[in-house]
Amino acid sequence: MIPLSHYLIFSAVLFGLSLAGFFINRKNLLIFLMCIELMLLAVNTNLIAFSHYYQDLSGQIFVFFVLTVAATESAIGLAILVVLFRQRRTIDVRSLDALKG
Amino acid sequence: MLATVFYPFAILATLAAVMVVFAKNSVRAVLWLVLCFFATAVLWLLLEAEFLAITLVLVYVGAVMVLFLFVVMMLDVERAAVQAKFITYLPVGLLVAGSVIAGLIWALSSKSFSEYTIVPSMDMTVNNIKLLGELLYTKYLFEFEVAGILLLVAIVSAISLTFRGSQGSKKQQLSRQVSATKASRLKVLGDDEL
Repeated sequence: MIPLSHYLIFSAVLFGLSLAGFFINRKNLLIFLMCIELMLLAVNTNLIAFSHYYQDLSGQIFVFFVLTVAATESAIGLAILVVLFRQRRTIDVRSLDALKG
Repeated sequence: MLATVFYPFAILATLAAVMVVFAKNSVRAVLWLVLCFFATAVLWLLLEAEFLAITLVLVYVGAVMVLFLFVVMMLDVERAAVQAKFITYLPVGLLVAGSVIAGLIWALSSKSFSEYTIVPSMDMTVNNIKLLGELLYTKYLFEFEVAGILLLVAIVSAISLTFRGSQGSKKQQLSRQVSATKASRLKVLGDDEL
């Protein structure tokens, strides 16, 4: 028997790891998009765990919509990545410094 | 018995998530992410979310991750990752992640969450898909339709961003034919150029 808090801790660890991935990633933008997917996965696990806790299916419905939105933003994010690659010929994170930020 | 399934797959998912960030090339990172999704789908099955676990594997891994692999294949991603700069950002990343994880674990280990244990009711008459459908098409119908429109917007925007027109096809372009002038088509050579 698994306490609910173990599921929540798992999703917290996954979320924190994807956050670390944002900072550590210096290679290319694809790792960035994959860290976003990991974050959404952590949030979905949290929602389903709480849906079981409250015995309410609304959590699972919400995960359904989060999956839809995640697929949408992956598709559009990758389209933007492809267009960026066509313009710059690179997807290195360090080369995106036109705003001097 | 449930613990022998939960802990190995949870650890596997965590390790796969770590390897996504530290993988050597992008294809391996995508494959580690696929492994993470499969392990999490097993964890969702333990939470009696069968439809969502299968949807995760079919839609998320089967479509979105395959799309990632297509893009990795198309783009000429540099193999030589700069490992020196990697180390300078590692402490910051670990500090931020560590503080977030520590804060969340402190908040989520409260007594009310620890007392409740996940015990899947082995009730074969309860159909997860049927219950989800009953809820989705009655109470959340508007959100369902909006999700459909959102997917349509995604299709239109992805195509309008990346479509460049059919290149290399030799079609007549009437506007260019009509706008041709004598100066752009005819060059009169003088005697000194011959």
